[in-house]
Amino acid sequence: MSIMDFLEYGFIQRAVIAGAFISVLCSTLGVLLVLRRLSLIGDGLAHVTFGSVAVALLFKVYPLYISLPIVMASSFGILKLMARARIGGDAAIGILSAVGIAGGVLVASLAGGFNVDLFSFLFGNILSISMEEVYTSIILSLIVLAVIVFNYHDIFSITFDEEFAKACGINTNRINYMIVLFTAVTVVLTMKVVGIMLTSALLIFPAVTAFQFARSFRNALIIAAVVALVSLVCGIVLSLLMNLPTGASIVIVHFAVFIAAFMLRNAVSREKARC
Amino acid sequence: MRAEAIRVENLVFKYNRLEVLSDLSFSVNAGDYVGLVGPNGSGKSTLIKAILGLLSPSSGRVSLFGHAASDMKDRERVGYLPQKMSFFNPNFPATVRETVALGLVSTKKFPKRMGSGDEEAIDRALEMLHISDLKREMIGALSGGQQQRVFIARALVNEPEVLLLDEPTTALDPETRDGFFELLGSLNTQKRVTVMLVTHDLGTIGKFAQKLLYMDKRIIFYGGFDDFCRSEEMTRFFGSSSQHLICHRHE
Repeated sequence: MSIMDFLEYGFIQRAVIAGAFISVLCSTLGVLLVLRRLSLIGDGLAHVTFGSVAVALLFKVYPLYISLPIVMASSFGILKLMARARIGGDAAIGILSAVGIAGGVLVASLAGGFNVDLFSFLFGNILSISMEEVYTSIILSLIVLAVIVFNYHDIFSITFDEEFAKACGINTNRINYMIVLFTAVTVVLTMKVVGIMLTSALLIFPAVTAFQFARSFRNALIIAAVVALVSLVCGIVLSLLMNLPTGASIVIVHFAVFIAAFMLRNAVSREKARC
Repeated sequence: MRAEAIRVENLVFKYNRLEVLSDLSFSVNAGDYVGLVGPNGSGKSTLIKAILGLLSPSSGRVSLFGHAASDMKDRERVGYLPQKMSFFNPNFPATVRETVALGLVSTKKFPKRMGSGDEEAIDRALEMLHISDLKREMIGALSGGQQQRVFIARALVNEPEVLLLDEPTTALDPETRDGFFELLGSLNTQKRVTVMLVTHDLGTIGKFAQKLLYMDKRIIFYGGFDDFCRSEEMTRFFGSSSQHLICHRHE
């Protein structure tokens, strides 16, 4: 079977379309989070997602409806902990992360197990994405990306130097809450693509790959988006051709692209130094 | 009589229970050039941040152009250069042009867009600091002194009426530092820009600033350099040799 034959299947079309929007969203937020040394916020919120999915399964509610508000509230919790409990971002993320996992395990235990395998959410399955999930992904991605585009200068300013941004009259609190809120939405959407355990990969890899070659902030955002799209498509194709888990394949392709970019940049630097 | 640019009234600032600023009151008139000096931990940077409205005072009031600093809307009237090491990520993928353009964000209304006038302002600021050739370079690839000049250009690009600078010459070589002080001096005298500058370099600031604010949590001296040099109280505080060194350079 050729790649074009695969693309005739509706479930693969849905996977590519939804995955493309979510990947671009992840890459954009990833650039902002990595530069602010908050890369692991995705990991922490993904763990909270695990707990929220357990709650949703307990009440037999569609997971997205329960996960979105819980993860969004948790993202605010991380900011509040950072601001008021005199602890760093890493510790605040660690607290929420542990509580999310522990809560999920406790709820699953109290419920005596679920008909749906809770642990299937850990690794996702983009090929089983429904049309409703495709529409949700597209709409939420477009809203988040539009807000980021319209606030580009404020977001760039805060990412570069928050104190200076505040001195310029930018409402840094509003932007900070906006970014973690969008991250929460993105993490919940990403659950279906690569699963809870691998969510942070979609946030971190495109950004760190882009930083190997980016010649400006705008450039970094564009390269990260391209890397995310290419890795997604290659990951899906790889999984189909070799009958491998799709989420894990996407992440491994991301890693391979990062390593290739890293080695290429080092080779270029060495060549320049020689000249 | 010149208008007041900055007014500080009974300002107290505490980090937890530790008092960092103790009942400070002073005003800076439009067009003044004030050197803000004092030992490490004396509250200089905290005072600058309180003036900018970045920190809320425990008590007292800070006004910029007659408005409470925390509520001030016309942010483009103020230029700020933070202490460099406190914020800078050398791996940040930003060009010199992008970095300087950040100084124009305060002048924009939603949706903030850069126009050709902004490009000209960026070019002027880069020209002023003699770094036009670095416009397309990555900020992280520059030397410490070049980076500092870029951040100074960012503070100047919106042509502010008040400039607040926190140890701006730390990473500069003596030649660039002198050039920078000359530039600040000309902005102050020709464009009437009000300058308040934190520095440890008492000797050099004495050559340029009209006023000296010496503080150590509280104000120890605030006035003209001539008054400082004539003050017997300051002679007792600094010792005659240190005071002579500062005053000699000023003359």
